[in-house]
Amino acid sequence: MTRALTYGALLFLSAMFIIPFYWTFITAVKSIGELYQFPPVFWPDEVMWDNFVTAWFKQPFDVYLKNSVIVVVLSTMGQLFSCSLVAFGFARFKFRGRDAIFVLLLSTMMIPWDVKMIPLYMEFNMLGWINTLKPLIVPAYFADAFFVFLLRQYIMTVPTEIDEAARMDGANSWQIYWRIHLPLMMPALVLVGTLHFMNAWNDYLGPLIYLNDQSKYTLTLGLSMFKGLNETDITSIAAITVVLCIPPLILFFFAQRYIMDGSIGSSVKG
Amino acid sequence: MSTLVVQDDVAEERHRFIEKLTPYLFISPWILGFLFFTLGPLIFSFVMGFYDWPVVGERTFVGLQNYEVMLTEDPLFWDSLWVTVKFALFFVPFNVVLGLLLAVLLNQKVIGTGVFRTIFYLPSVISGVALVTIWAWIYSHEYGILNFLLGLAGIEGPNWLGDPNWSLLAIVIASLWGLGGTMLILLTGLQSIPKELYEAARMSGVPGWARLVYITIPMLSPMLLFTLITSIISAFQQLTIALLLTKGGPLESTYFFAMYVYDNAFMYFEMGFAAANSWVMFLIILILSMLVLKSSSAWVYYEGEMNNSEAADD
Repeated sequence: MTRALTYGALLFLSAMFIIPFYWTFITAVKSIGELYQFPPVFWPDEVMWDNFVTAWFKQPFDVYLKNSVIVVVLSTMGQLFSCSLVAFGFARFKFRGRDAIFVLLLSTMMIPWDVKMIPLYMEFNMLGWINTLKPLIVPAYFADAFFVFLLRQYIMTVPTEIDEAARMDGANSWQIYWRIHLPLMMPALVLVGTLHFMNAWNDYLGPLIYLNDQSKYTLTLGLSMFKGLNETDITSIAAITVVLCIPPLILFFFAQRYIMDGSIGSSVKG
Repeated sequence: MSTLVVQDDVAEERHRFIEKLTPYLFISPWILGFLFFTLGPLIFSFVMGFYDWPVVGERTFVGLQNYEVMLTEDPLFWDSLWVTVKFALFFVPFNVVLGLLLAVLLNQKVIGTGVFRTIFYLPSVISGVALVTIWAWIYSHEYGILNFLLGLAGIEGPNWLGDPNWSLLAIVIASLWGLGGTMLILLTGLQSIPKELYEAARMSGVPGWARLVYITIPMLSPMLLFTLITSIISAFQQLTIALLLTKGGPLESTYFFAMYVYDNAFMYFEMGFAAANSWVMFLIILILSMLVLKSSSAWVYYEGEMNNSEAADD
């Protein structure tokens, strides 16, 4: 009885989470005629794959895609390198002020983005970085607090004997980080890389504030411009939405076991 | 001989110096980032709050005037704050409770939990812009699937995004679609509760609801605290969805506080005034988080502190 109830609830809730995706997809591949039919068409007679091509050429999406890829690749590299370095520093050394600095690092996660939004804009404006991709890339080379925290928790689970043995053999701290810990923390790096990829790929407010020229737009910004350009072009909006969702979904399926194995949750507790 | 010793000393000194410096070198990326992208901006924005500060042109010191104008003369400040509070009052409890419900369902021994878990997490993976375009079409008054489904059930759906009575609720629902992160954290928490506790309770004939109230909730309370605080923070920062889905309308029914700050900064270029706005938001979030944390000693249960709390009970 309770079992049937559980399945019923799970199936019902799943439908609520899946239907919006399905609805968007079929909206993207419907013909104009079917789009405004009532009652709505749930299974289009003919799947119009061409809609994707049409939508793609309504704006310079090639350029947007290139910009998105530049931002995502460069900033992900920055996070992986800087966060692993900092996490190693916190996890493997005893130094004056370490615990205080670490608490400071954790507390920065509580600062709302809005407070930093305005002064950062002014800062980047003074540096001449407005309307370039730099504000979306450079800060990633200075270690995000949450990712440092995740990686530090991970390094802490590695026995220190490994470090000591390497030191006996004459390895210095850099070599221990680069040759031993970086390979060992690969699963955690996949998690951090995936989470950051999604943040960067999905980011809307950053590009909105820092970019002015269409030639600098990212995909999210391009999609949002659609709404301004032509409110009624539902098919194209849906098609680009589908395209925009695909990379994070693919990445999510590959990295799923790292995300779902509880690293996020257990680090909260630890 | 003696010079050799001195050289050794120098070498040793240098070695020790480098050894002392090494950890700081490792954490230096974060230190620099903290100075330039967090602490610097925080101080900068605090100072800006006391100025009339346009993006280009002369800035003038105005003391507390920005705060005065905001609190006493600008009705939009209070209106937008109220919209945000209303949103938080709906969003935060539903986010935590529904997240918990999903986590509890997934923690049952049912087939396909992996698939269900993935499905519930999917919306959390996509962009806010994509989420908005998806929901805009679902909410569409004439062609939307939501009102069609409601129609099947004999309910005449409202004009979700066009009616000020429903627009905020529409944003709450669209936001709740992304509760996968909360669910995941709570699910991890559930899985770390020792099974023996439940077995012992079952043996002594404790009914299901009592197991939830007396075992699950207390054991999960640190995670609940965390999700509660993160939900509050994200509720107060809500911007993307409202900006794109309703643009604050209709009749400013979804004009969030974050949008007020954003407009003052990037539409009217009143950087000083907007900085003052954002500090008010910062303080509100800080105070709320502190209150939740303070209250947590009454309802959060940490395993390590068992003896303490028992002693306090006596």
